[in-house]
Parts: sequence; structure tokens; C-alpha cells
Amino acid sequence: MSELALMDERQRRIRSRNRALLLVLLGVVALFYLIALVRLGVWS
Amino acid sequence: MSPPALDTATVALPRATPADFVPAVGDYFALLKPRVMSLVVFTGFVGLYLAPGHIHPLLAAVAVLCIAVGAGAAGAINMWYERDIDALMERTRRRPLPAGRMAPGDALGFGAVLAVSSVIIMGLAVNAAAAALLALAIGFYVFVYTIGLKRRTPQNIVIGGAAGAFPPMIGWAAVTGDISVAALALFALIFFWTPPHFWALSLYRAGDYARAGVPMLPVVAGKTETKKQMLLYTLVLWPVAVAPALLHATGWLYGAAALILSALFTLCALAVWRDNGDRAARRMFGFSLLYLFLLFALMAIDRAPGLLAAPGFGA
Repeated sequence: MSELALMDERQRRIRSRNRALLLVLLGVVALFYLIALVRLGVWS
Repeated sequence: MSPPALDTATVALPRATPADFVPAVGDYFALLKPRVMSLVVFTGFVGLYLAPGHIHPLLAAVAVLCIAVGAGAAGAINMWYERDIDALMERTRRRPLPAGRMAPGDALGFGAVLAVSSVIIMGLAVNAAAAALLALAIGFYVFVYTIGLKRRTPQNIVIGGAAGAFPPMIGWAAVTGDISVAALALFALIFFWTPPHFWALSLYRAGDYARAGVPMLPVVAGKTETKKQMLLYTLVLWPVAVAPALLHATGWLYGAAALILSALFTLCALAVWRDNGDRAARRMFGFSLLYLFLLFALMAIDRAPGLLAAPGFGA
């Protein structure tokens, strides 16, 4: 694999990892929000 | 003003070193041992489902998620610690660490963050008992099995098997907040199932384990002794598999099916005993997965409301 292709692959992986991390963080925020609703008895 | 265009044909780009290489998202997923995780999630869910009492469906889902993430975290830390022997074994040499697709520190950090997060979320969202059991399961798998036993004794999988037996007990504790005798019966079922399951695998992977210096029973004591032990464990599984029905955690449909499946498992072990090749061991390994899956599926079916209304069935 050429060096240029390697760098492209590296950039692509960084982007996909950042997107995955963003999704996980949003998921955790949503999860804590929903847990709080259940714990407070809003969804009993 | 735009920056000058870069002539990539003449400008030398810095060479990418392993430290520069970013693991793919799929490599992080592979660290979680997804196939092992699926069985852990299933048994954890059934433990939760069988437990007497009520839990909000969202909290039940959170409990199962925490069990899955905790198990995956333990798997990631296990892969970090075993990267040297993984590189020597055919079955594991393509994992992200031995294949050089990920730096060891990344795997350890990933596993540690997930382990701590899963225990904290379990504690905050569900209850302290389930969180404590989850922490114990992760700690047992990492410190007792991976670091303490695996490279030292052929009994590694016997004692270490306890780590994989925790999930139904964690699921149970998520509902009740404590551990009952029936939950211990579910623990015992996986605990006594683990040795014949892994020894079947190690019978046809003995060369791999010998090359890596892992003292699995076929490597240390020979294939005949391993086959004898496997047969004995399948016999022990008969009463252990029926125990949930005896303790009224399930009905007698499950009890009868458990006896039949245990008899088939023993027949598999007898076939391994008579077979000088690998074929029967491979078949037994496959059947062992089906055996555990069917037992836990039958427990859930047996307890499903309205599914078995005939007199004499159901708890």
C-alpha cells in the first residue's frame, strides 16, 4: 500500500472512530436521561 | 487566501509507523469477544427473566446492557494480557493485538473504561448487589482466571469457569437485589458445563495450546485423562441441570428436557471417549453450545405466562 493510501486510510479510520465515539456519547446521555425518568417515577 | 496546493507526487509524506496507525472501529468491537458476549447476554437475560419480582423494562434492558459491556470489557483486558500467547496460536493470531492493528495500551484503556463504566451504571440504575456481582465477575475473569490460573494449572478452566457463570446470577440480583438458591443453581449449571465445553475445544486445539505453553488438560495430562474428566463432568451435569426445576424456578417441562439434553451430552462424551480423531470432539464442542442455549431457552419458555397452561406443567 502506498504512503498516500496509508494516510488516507488513517484519516478515514480517525473519522469513523470519532463518529462512533460521538454516537456512544449521545447514547450514554440519552441512557442517563431515560434512567433518571424511570428513577423519578415519570415512567412507572 | 487559500494554501498552496500540495504536490503529492514530489513532497515526501511522513512514513506511517505502527504508533500512527489508528485501529478500525471493528477492531474495538472484536476486542469485546462478541460471540462469547452473545451467550453471556442470553444467560444473563434468562436469569433476570426467571427471578421473582418486578423490574422496569428499561432498567432490565440497562442491566442486560451492563452485563454485556462488562463481559466485553473483561474480554478486552484478557486480550491485552494474552497478546503474547495469542500470537502463537492459530485460532487467535488474527486478533487486533497480535496482528499489530492496535497498540496494547489502547486495548487496556478501552477495557478498563468499559469495565468501570458498566459497574457504575449498573449500580446507579439497577442496584448495588448486581453491580457488586458484575465487578466480582470482571475481577475474577481478569485477575483469577487470566492472570492467576490460565498459564499455571490445568485446572484453569475449572476454577476460571466461575467467571462465565456469573451472568444469570447478576440478572437475578438485578430484579431481587439478592442471591437465592435458584440463582446459585443457574450459576452451577454454567460452572459445571464449562470444563467439558472447553476441553472439547482443547482436544482438537492441543497443538496450539502446547505451542503457546498453556497447560490445558490434554497438553498436561493427555487426551485419555481429558476424555475421562469430560465424561465425569457430563454425568455431574444431570442433577445440576435438573436443579432449577427441583427448586421450582422452572416447571417440569424444563426438567424433562434437561434430562434428555444431559443424556445426549453424555452420549457426546462417550463418542469422544471412543474416537481416536478430532471429529467427535468438534461435534461435542458444537453440541455443548447448543446444550446450554437450549437449557436456558427452555427455562424462559417454561416460565412464559400463558404458554404452558396444561396441568402438571409450569411452576
